[in-house]
Amino acid sequence: MLQDKDRIFTNLYGFEDWSLPAAQMRGDWDGTAAIIAKGPDWIINEMKASGLRGRGGAGFPTGMKWSFMPKQSDGRPSYLVVNADESEPGTCKDRDIIRHDPQKLIEGCLIAGFAMRAVAAYIYIRGEFIQERRRLQAAVDQAYEAGLIGKNAAGSGYDFDVFVHHGAGAYICGEETALIQSLEGKKGQPRLKPPFPAGVGVWGCPTTVNNVESIAVAPTILRRGGAWFAGLGRPNNTGTKVFCISGHVNKPCNVEEEMGIPLKDLIEKHCGGVRGGWDNLLAVIPGGSSVPMLPKVICDEVLMDFDSLRAQRSGLGTAAVIVMDKSTDLIKAIARLAKFYKHESCGQCTPCREGTGWMWRVMERMVQGKAEIEEIDTLLEVTTQIEGHTICALGDAAAWPIQGLFRHFRPVVEQRIADYKARTTSRAVAAE
Amino acid sequence: MPILTVDGKTVEVPAGANVLQACEAAGVEIPRFCYHERLSIAGNCRMCLVEQEKAPKPIASCAMPAADNMVIRTNTPLVRKARRGVMEFLLINHPLDCPICDQGGECDLQDQAMAYGFDQSRYQENKRAVSEKYMGPLIKTTMTRCIQCTRCVRFATEVAGVEEIGAIGRGETMEITTYLNQAVTSNLSGNVIDLCPVGALTSKPYAFAARPWELKKTESIDVHDALGSAIRVDARGAGVLRILPRLNDDVNEEWISDKTRFAVDGLAKRRLDRPYVRVNGKLQPASWDEAFAAIGAALSSTPASRVAALAGDLADAESIKALKDLMTAIGSTSTDCRIDGAKLDASVRASYLFNSGIAGIEEADALLLIGSDPSTEAAVLNARIRKRWLKGGFKVAAIGPKVDLTYRADFLGEGADVLEALVAGQGFAEVMKGARKPAIIIGQGALSREDGAVILGLAHKLAEATGVVKDGWNGFNVLHTAASRVGALDLGFVPGEGGLSVGDVEAGKADFVWLLGVDEIDMTNLKAPFVVYQGSHGDAGAHVADVILPGAAYTEKSGTYVNTEGRGQRTKRAVFPPGDAREDWAILRAFSDRVGKTLPYDSLAQLRVKLVEQVPHFAALDEVTPAAWAPFGSDGEISPAAIGYAIENFYLTNPIARASATMAECVAVKQETACGCGHSHGATGTHG
Amino acid sequence: MSHGVAPAGPFEQPASFEFSAENKVWADKIIARYPAGRQQSAIVPLLDIAQRQSGGWLPRAAMEYLAGLLGMAVIRVYEVASFYTMFNMAPVGKHLVQVCTTTPCWLRGSDAVLAACKSRLGIDINQTTPDGTFSLMEAECLGACVNAPMMQVNDDFYEDLTAETTLKVLDALARGETPKTGPQIDRQTSCPEGGPTTLTTFKAAGE
Repeated sequence: MLQDKDRIFTNLYGFEDWSLPAAQMRGDWDGTAAIIAKGPDWIINEMKASGLRGRGGAGFPTGMKWSFMPKQSDGRPSYLVVNADESEPGTCKDRDIIRHDPQKLIEGCLIAGFAMRAVAAYIYIRGEFIQERRRLQAAVDQAYEAGLIGKNAAGSGYDFDVFVHHGAGAYICGEETALIQSLEGKKGQPRLKPPFPAGVGVWGCPTTVNNVESIAVAPTILRRGGAWFAGLGRPNNTGTKVFCISGHVNKPCNVEEEMGIPLKDLIEKHCGGVRGGWDNLLAVIPGGSSVPMLPKVICDEVLMDFDSLRAQRSGLGTAAVIVMDKSTDLIKAIARLAKFYKHESCGQCTPCREGTGWMWRVMERMVQGKAEIEEIDTLLEVTTQIEGHTICALGDAAAWPIQGLFRHFRPVVEQRIADYKARTTSRAVAAE
Repeated sequence: MPILTVDGKTVEVPAGANVLQACEAAGVEIPRFCYHERLSIAGNCRMCLVEQEKAPKPIASCAMPAADNMVIRTNTPLVRKARRGVMEFLLINHPLDCPICDQGGECDLQDQAMAYGFDQSRYQENKRAVSEKYMGPLIKTTMTRCIQCTRCVRFATEVAGVEEIGAIGRGETMEITTYLNQAVTSNLSGNVIDLCPVGALTSKPYAFAARPWELKKTESIDVHDALGSAIRVDARGAGVLRILPRLNDDVNEEWISDKTRFAVDGLAKRRLDRPYVRVNGKLQPASWDEAFAAIGAALSSTPASRVAALAGDLADAESIKALKDLMTAIGSTSTDCRIDGAKLDASVRASYLFNSGIAGIEEADALLLIGSDPSTEAAVLNARIRKRWLKGGFKVAAIGPKVDLTYRADFLGEGADVLEALVAGQGFAEVMKGARKPAIIIGQGALSREDGAVILGLAHKLAEATGVVKDGWNGFNVLHTAASRVGALDLGFVPGEGGLSVGDVEAGKADFVWLLGVDEIDMTNLKAPFVVYQGSHGDAGAHVADVILPGAAYTEKSGTYVNTEGRGQRTKRAVFPPGDAREDWAILRAFSDRVGKTLPYDSLAQLRVKLVEQVPHFAALDEVTPAAWAPFGSDGEISPAAIGYAIENFYLTNPIARASATMAECVAVKQETACGCGHSHGATGTHG
Repeated sequence: MSHGVAPAGPFEQPASFEFSAENKVWADKIIARYPAGRQQSAIVPLLDIAQRQSGGWLPRAAMEYLAGLLGMAVIRVYEVASFYTMFNMAPVGKHLVQVCTTTPCWLRGSDAVLAACKSRLGIDINQTTPDGTFSLMEAECLGACVNAPMMQVNDDFYEDLTAETTLKVLDALARGETPKTGPQIDRQTSCPEGGPTTLTTFKAAGE
């Protein structure tokens, strides 16, 4: 188990004061100017050495992402955009970072922004996080007042602004190009790639979009060294991670743990175990609503990191673990996610706009069993007609939970359909 | 110049081309709904997916830049599955109302469903219904059919330059609409009907009128402005049912104005379908013979010096030539085509042409508008100017009242003194001097003033002083509003030695006036003279006429029109003129015979030979013959009055448009919108 | 557009809208966050302020006002306002109750929370009480999943709800009180109930 000394988010639960002096007591903003003095290349190399992979879901190496930004400006400024549009069902980690440890994020903005030669960071926080937005703004104000950001930020000689921007209710804005569109004051509809944001991002300028957690861990990594972070977890899956465990556990919680922790350990050590005991476990969605679920037999052994979960045809995603015990109607659990994706589809491209509604409606019927067995295959084919055919990954995200359900629990659905048929047939017979 | 492989065939495409274009270059057609060459790339329909070697998933060919060494496959199982998938998604919520849909028979969705559709639906759920929208009197909406391709949104925003159509909501409830169901204000709005790949946006006036396969399609030329846009005239029996644009990159690309498209009902209304003769103050139906006799009698009792002939805005060059020849035979030099009083000089061709060419505007890097509002005078040209403006590095200034041109223009003032100041080298003249290819567009609003010739002279001076005319570039442009005008000027249809002008006729100085489709002059003093009105519509000219000779409209004859650039083009007959109406040149030929001044041609072909004899460039149809730069315009005092624009009401500029109920409705809706009450048509009261 | 709560009754669109002096200052501050000429970026924050000033909904006049203020076409403002779920196109109740029913909340009893709301308020989803005090909405994941089930009322989250505590919160709101926000059980934010399993070596934890 990760030791407290290796935890980055030491105020994850807000037992301590969030404000700047308390944050500085916890080590934030310690020697920031010295880190900056080492230069962008050193920072990016150290981030690469840490093995940090993006914490927003896709797991792209953070240091490499930063290195894509232009080293020499062609006249356009560069921007860092922080994705705090935390909306993936099951996920609520960035919320804790913002409300309890905001200075880690702000310091991270400066360092990351400097490393990618950005002039400013815009932190895009979801609209519904109203109190969190206020807290973040207050923290930014404190940092400005203390000279940590703005002109000659933290005495580094580097000028850097941090702005808080917010959405107003749209999951899709968590997709980086949709977020950029939204930041420009437009509908949050994903852009076509290419061009990629590092070339043409917000306001036509080079832009990197990073998740809150990716940015907030950077200062600690750089203070303690990439090797320290790389020494935690497993190769290619290094460091610590804030996990969000929800659903049928005795004590749902957020917790910072080592990458690669066994799922079972995570649940038993921090969450008081599965409701009714481990054997009462039915399935787990291990990385937020978009990744396919895993049945108990895989959960028994699986490790919580990118590659282990990928090997099980699922994913770490945002490390939001949704636990479902044997009382769960899995069909309904997935139908509700299908409704979510239908509701959140931006409507721009055909497969997602039309397909998410189709899938949801079929799923709703399957909850009742009101379907034909053959429709299972039709539904699965519909998921493959969406998957990989859309502008952004929302189409994939809508398809995968359904694929996961049928991959592991197809008989449950078939039984539901058979039961419904038996019920309605017997009723019809009785009526005769 | 990227070189790539499409289905095993190597193609080289211009830099900046996308994969879809590369496929087309390789002779492979790629299905698409949202992609359109003249609009920005949306990449949303996903119909154009193709396989790219080494790419993890199929790519949208419209959105992917073509690059060297790409290996593209378009006929693999993966591609077929992707297209069939997209087609199925598009169809699940598309109504099965093809039998009552006006798009039927010319519907992209219908066509592509033949290629990629399933023969039965796997969709068991209820189809989506979308509430009806109102977009004005021209665009009929059936939004349940919409496939959200956003072509209409992009056209309005990008080409028309009116941000009025949008997609509200999101997901499967995303809907195309205008704000609060207001009418689209652009004079190019009808083009969204052509762009809509399905039957969501169709022509309101044409609703349920015909099926495309019932129509006889005739390729022709528009006459509602001086651009000569390429059109297709669709007719059934004797009736023209609709006008559609044709492709002509040099002139109209593939757009036409709302007047060009929708004034079509005016072709069937207020038509003059037989000769009339005024008897005891009242116009009475007459035979051709009686009408010619009455004219002959009046003509013989009038001295040639008091005989005048005017050629109207819609007259074809052949009839103008015939009228000119007739007048010459009679001995009259009183011919004039500048019925708006424009002080155009027929002797220097460069002085009355749009010398840069319409497409040439895209090369200009500075533009001065003098008394011209292209958005009403030539809406399609205005879109071309906007297109140039959107590319950047293009400064526009204007002399005249402030109007919304859909591009940023610096309005320098309304007085002609502003032009004098520019000639003196001030202000925008500096910008023009610094430009590589500066251009001037001078409108009839500036030239039809009393001091029009002086203004023309000043414009000439400015052109010379600011490099508007230089090697390989002539940016001096006159924008005409009348389709007939350049052809008439080419033919010298202006007063000869001692001849009367339009102004003289308006002043009552002629005793015999032949109006060839002239309705826009001041008729107050035409009660006394003997007036022959030869034309197609019972408009202002017919009201003062002593004899009416029913002519053919532009859809009913083959006629040559020279557009504002000097490009000769020919209309084709789509239908026959109504009743006793005849082609205009033939009427003149017949009359000439009657009065013993027989014109020397018995057929249109012979007339055209004479036309070319007089003006050789009439032989070069569809081409522009460049005109030599020479001095023109005159010196003199300028009037302090403000320079106005030629067109007061875009929808009512000629007798066909004025006869059109559709145009009348457009006027009514515009006035309502202008009243600012904020009320709109079809809008529901409250939301939710 | 599909989203939207029905108002308590017929309502009028105000003839005009203008930011209050205080809100104008705030709006100018927000606009200044974005590069020159990119003021359109401020549209969502400004729509939010306009909605607050208008009592929780967005009158057309406000959209038209903001279009003018930011130099946008009004259809573009309308597109944005209708895209994001937090903008209400008709008046809503004084307390906008949004119950999250997405899977993580559903697994932990959001059905009971929603049922409690319906019975206490006497209205269904997307309705407003006749007195205009409460509107009820079903919300998609609000990002407090380890404190499920939860609901948002105006600016505040109420977490770890049961049917009983839901009623307590609603009753308090109805009485004009301000109930304690966050977890409605004895628990520190997202920390495991009963105390942390980590960070115990730090002095403040558990104190």
